[in-house]
Amino acid sequence: MPKQFLKGNVSVVKGAILAGCKAYYGYPITPASEIAHAAALYFPRAGGTFIQAESEIAAINMVYGAASAGLRVMTASSGPGISLKQEGVSYCAGSELPCVIVDIMRGGPGLGNIAPEQSDYNQVVKGGGHGNYKTIVLAPNSVQEMCDLGILAFDLADKYRNPVFILTDGFIGQMMEPVEFPEPIAQEKIPEKSWVVKGTAETSDNVITSIELDPDDLERHNLKLQKKYKIIEEQEVRVEEYHTDDAEIVLIGYGIVSRIIHSVIDELREEGVKAGMLRPITLFPFPKRKISELAERVKFFLTAEMSNGQMVDDVRLAVEGKKPVYFYNRMGGNVPSMKEVHDKVIKIMRLL
Amino acid sequence: MNKILRKSNVFYDVYERRPGADKLTTTYCPGCGHGILHKLIAEALEDFGVQDRTIFISPVGCSVFAYYYFHTGNVQVAHGRAPAVGTGLKRANPNSIVISYQGDGDLAAIGGLEIINAANRGEGLTVFFVNNAIYGMTGGQMAPTTLIGQITMTTPLGRSVENEGYPIHMSEIIATLEAPVYVERVMLGDTKSIMHTRKAVRKALKIQIEKNGFSFIEVLSACPSGWKMTPIQGEKWVTDTMTKYFPLGVKKDISDTFEGRDFSRKNVEPSELHEVLDIKETRIDAEKIAPFIMKLVAEEIKIAGFGGQGVLSLGTVLSEMGMRHNYEVSWLPSYGPEMRGGTANCSVKISSKKIGSPVVANPTILIAMNRPSLDKFETGVVSGGLIVYDSSLIDRAPTRTDVTVIPIPATKMADELGNTKIANMIIVGALIKYLGIMSQEIVLDSIGDVLKRKELVPLNQKAILKGAEFIKNIK
Ligand SMILES: Cc1ncc(C[n+]2csc(CCOP(=O)(O)OP(=O)(O)O)c2C)c(N)n1
Ligand code: SF4
Ligand SMILES: [Mg+2]
Repeated sequence: MPKQFLKGNVSVVKGAILAGCKAYYGYPITPASEIAHAAALYFPRAGGTFIQAESEIAAINMVYGAASAGLRVMTASSGPGISLKQEGVSYCAGSELPCVIVDIMRGGPGLGNIAPEQSDYNQVVKGGGHGNYKTIVLAPNSVQEMCDLGILAFDLADKYRNPVFILTDGFIGQMMEPVEFPEPIAQEKIPEKSWVVKGTAETSDNVITSIELDPDDLERHNLKLQKKYKIIEEQEVRVEEYHTDDAEIVLIGYGIVSRIIHSVIDELREEGVKAGMLRPITLFPFPKRKISELAERVKFFLTAEMSNGQMVDDVRLAVEGKKPVYFYNRMGGNVPSMKEVHDKVIKIMRLL
Repeated sequence: MNKILRKSNVFYDVYERRPGADKLTTTYCPGCGHGILHKLIAEALEDFGVQDRTIFISPVGCSVFAYYYFHTGNVQVAHGRAPAVGTGLKRANPNSIVISYQGDGDLAAIGGLEIINAANRGEGLTVFFVNNAIYGMTGGQMAPTTLIGQITMTTPLGRSVENEGYPIHMSEIIATLEAPVYVERVMLGDTKSIMHTRKAVRKALKIQIEKNGFSFIEVLSACPSGWKMTPIQGEKWVTDTMTKYFPLGVKKDISDTFEGRDFSRKNVEPSELHEVLDIKETRIDAEKIAPFIMKLVAEEIKIAGFGGQGVLSLGTVLSEMGMRHNYEVSWLPSYGPEMRGGTANCSVKISSKKIGSPVVANPTILIAMNRPSLDKFETGVVSGGLIVYDSSLIDRAPTRTDVTVIPIPATKMADELGNTKIANMIIVGALIKYLGIMSQEIVLDSIGDVLKRKELVPLNQKAILKGAEFIKNIK
């Protein structure tokens, strides 16, 4: 089997290159730095460009340039760096530029620390920059998915002409697991982009811009974007379900937390508790319908997060008060233990 | 002059992108420098026959709508970021001619970092820096280049050194860098000065067209509206007042000796990518692992010690070997709040079943390489578990009575092999022998695939054998 034992941060780079990504622009930050290290090594070798940018603002604008020129392009960072990139992400969304941004979340706010957190959810999933925009957000929970969802990210970015985030935490970036890499995507499989600006006669009538001076024009542009997001919500929701078929209790988590929940479900099942897990693989589009369906038949939900409760807001919106939504969290770089999550479930069960 | 007066083919005949009824005139005020500089650039692009190859970057400022006019590829960008966007454009298509056109607020204030670094990298860009000593677009606020005493909307009493500092000399700053090929400050005043600017524009573009070199042309330029002057007063102010603060002339020119830059990327076929990315098949010997495939394994291992003891690699070797026996494996390093005082630890799971959480809270096996690690993790070991510790470094035995304890003088044994650092591999050898969940032969055979430093393979193999021997003797 062509398995390799790798860090998540390395896996995402190899996957990206196999997906035809030709440029990496980034600024180092723990716990995302191995992405830059691997990119510096592999992009030039693979016929791509690597530049260590002067800042995350510069990096995302280099991405803007490369995407305008039609390349598959990526950048990566963590909390503080993602904050800086938001201006550029808004421009990419406005100009409808496909690109992939990896966020290996760390503790915040401010400088926080380098341990894993999930506190960038709001700034990534809700569109942390200005304007009425959305980015597609994929949330890998394994080293294999760092590769697989990384590849998917480029396809979705091109398909919708939209920035796509890979949102995960320090643990998924830092941990090593076996990965199986697919065959590289053939150049013909990457969609032709007629709208790009490449410095050629055929593209010299093209313009990449996010300005619309006239309010009616800008409203039309916004409506077009909203329509696109709606299609994405209808077509691109991805989830992993574990024992939800007969579940009376559903735990919801993404990234490293979903791995912990997975193990907790096994324990609970052994104890005879009918628990299941719903893991959003896409955070935008959020699996609203799926959660709403589950709300019809489960007793309660428990969302576990390494944040002050950012995703749980979306869970509550989807549940619409039909069933209780409980919340368990750790912050500051602490990861909820299996025991903590397990005990929380038992405690809620006693309450009910 | 005739040529300048005729509208260049590089401009659209009709400015369809301009909203409203007027599609024939530009958005610039009478006497504005932007319009003149646009003409000089368009004319040069036409003469050099590079219209199709050109990508014009419209900044944020009064020239934000340059893409209404230039019939080239156009990219409109965020305030100050043109040199970064230009970097991405140029590197993507090194054959394109990329123009970064920026105002003084755009380039010298908000985009200060981007221009300095693009210049310093020597990107193959041509930068036109329109210094009009004011923010034209937003209604006449101070720019970093606003002159001392100059009245603007945000310096109503005139710019003062005490509060705002001195006007910034961008050309002089850029000229101190090694990579820029040609840096000149010119002005748009009388016809003669315009003709001189024309020459500088052409030279700068040529340097990109022929050699992919970075050039920087600062153009002192009138903003009659922002300055509240007539066009004639504006031209005079550029000529008489601005040039006193901003001396004209070539600040740097190495175009004669500059050999050119090559931004082209390597051509690599998709079929070559697996090799290029070091994606290799992991050898799994079905015959040799056959005795192990029925084993029910669920080990949760915590490995801890000082940084430098090879704690993390002890973990990766165990996991990689587990993978070669078709077990599910995961490895998670300590980092963040745990990583203090030079200690390191990692969590390894080796299992016959799919691994959920990679976090090891209660290890079935603790490998303690130093005293603090034993102190910290001993209590967490599951009842019936195993503690392996380096008895040459740890001066106490574990107190737990419900676990198996194996003291190994690993560091001492490593010293006997001539390398203290190999203690971790002695433990690998011992553990594999003790657990019996892996083939020693496979471990010895594949250790070379796992190690980065191939010259150390024989030593590592010796250490593994020594560790195994140790277990054999105590069993
Ligand atoms: C991030 C951001 N901050 C502020 C602005 C508002 N703004 C638009 S143009 C401009 C100043 C432009 O001045 P300059 O670069 O000198 O160009 P000029 O209009 O003088 O040619 C400012 C501050 C903006 N568009 N974006
Ligand atoms: S405000 Fe100044 S810079 Fe802007 S168009 Fe008018 S004269 Fe030109
Ligand atoms: Mg200005």
